Amino acid sequence: MEYLLHILIISGIYIILTLSLNLILGYTGLPALGHIAFACVGAYTSSLLALNFGVSPWIGLLIGACLASLLGLIIGFPSMRLKGDYLALATFGFGVIVYSVSKNWVDLTRGPMGLPGIPKFIVFGFELQPVWAYLILVTAFVAVTAFIINRIVNSPFGRILRSIRDDEVASLSIGTNINKYKLTVFVIGAFFAGIAGSLYAHYITFIDPSSFTVMESIAVLLMVVFGGMGNIKGSFIGALILVIFPEMLRFLGMPSSIAAPLRQMIYGLLLIILMIKRPQGIIGEYRFK
Amino acid sequence: MHIWGREKDMLLEAKNISVSYGAVKAIEDVTFKVNDGEIVAMIGPNGAGKSTALKAVFGMVDIQSGDILFNRESIKDLRPDEHVSKGISLVPEGRRLFPSMTVIENLEMGAFLREGNNGKADIENILELFPALKDKRRQKAGVLSTGEQQMLALGRALIQKPKLLLADEPSLGLSPSYVDTIFEKLIAINKSGTSVLLVEQNARMALEIAHRGYVFKIGQIFLEDTGKNLLESEEVKKAFLGG
Repeated sequence: MEYLLHILIISGIYIILTLSLNLILGYTGLPALGHIAFACVGAYTSSLLALNFGVSPWIGLLIGACLASLLGLIIGFPSMRLKGDYLALATFGFGVIVYSVSKNWVDLTRGPMGLPGIPKFIVFGFELQPVWAYLILVTAFVAVTAFIINRIVNSPFGRILRSIRDDEVASLSIGTNINKYKLTVFVIGAFFAGIAGSLYAHYITFIDPSSFTVMESIAVLLMVVFGGMGNIKGSFIGALILVIFPEMLRFLGMPSSIAAPLRQMIYGLLLIILMIKRPQGIIGEYRFK
Repeated sequence: MHIWGREKDMLLEAKNISVSYGAVKAIEDVTFKVNDGEIVAMIGPNGAGKSTALKAVFGMVDIQSGDILFNRESIKDLRPDEHVSKGISLVPEGRRLFPSMTVIENLEMGAFLREGNNGKADIENILELFPALKDKRRQKAGVLSTGEQQMLALGRALIQKPKLLLADEPSLGLSPSYVDTIFEKLIAINKSGTSVLLVEQNARMALEIAHRGYVFKIGQIFLEDTGKNLLESEEVKKAFLGG
């Protein structure tokens, strides 16, 4: 039972990541491959604040999300000049840089040794030790994230994002300040990714750079594409399937030396099939041209 | 030039502008103007720089030298979106609609970013101007015919109530009957008070409706005159009108 709740918590954290990347990738059409870097910043910020200065995880989460936003602003700048594949590569490089910093700035992050003993959230004097309690917290964050992102994409602002995705020149011709919008979505997306990172750190209570490799960014990207770009429900479906499905393979009773690579292979196969059969994702409304 | 018997106010003036793409000079030392109330056509062969000149007016390409004035105010350093708020709208080449949005949504997009918009009424006005779009208002722009798409692109620009409409190859890829319609609409738009700067491959049609025209040749303007005179000019006839 505890295990099931754990999977749901992890799914919830990935849903937040997927939703926030969907805003950037699915709704605005910016191929960003470094999304986990924002989570990394959020996770390390609130963990370090809690461990070194005894700052409450709540405040740490907010500061972490804000710092992630700041980083989103910085990575947003190349997005004004780079398009398509080039932006993908630039954001990929950015993901590698953040990962390398977290791994090599040993004085600050303890590098590969990681940060153990990160405190849990405290709600009304009640430490969120039980898994079910943490699930409630994560669910609340998922709900708030989904609500806000849904509001954003269904507002006039969201319509303009889609116009940028559909056709930048057309969007320019109707008077869109494209750069402003691109920067804004990176800032908003990074903010929520930062929250996800912080939620992860205070749940697992241990983080190290290996949780924030570029492969993780790609996993989140796959969740967005799998569920469907430009669709909120798609983000839920994509994250849930791609988190839960590999877990199910645990119960096939294979030795872990076979199960782990098999998992990767099935993961890959699933994606190949989907991309052939439904390139727009399970319920997506947009696909890459 | 006293086209209508009196001196017209100058709306747009591009003075000695040059644009390069890297090492390649697209236009060099080009000067043109649009007076208030005019239709001005830019014609010339492919790659002569007429589209680049139009993009320069809209701020989509950087100009290396020269200046562009709109209502006697320099606009050369403005971003494209700032041009729209000044009263210059672009109908981009190849229509460039939002294919996943409906006709109405495309028009709304045009009205969104305009200040003091009166969306609904304006959309109805546009639909009055383009009745072909009326029955298709709920259809996705991507499924319209090319001609209908061009009208929608025109409508999307017009809803911004520009003083100057920039139209880049509006007849490109259209069936002959739609070409006629588009040019009729441009005349109607002009009669209602909007000046038009038109870049066209279809030189004859463009010069027929234009008050004045500029003929581009390898990055420079080599002829300028009234539309009527250009139509009758031997040089233009030989080069663009098939003898």
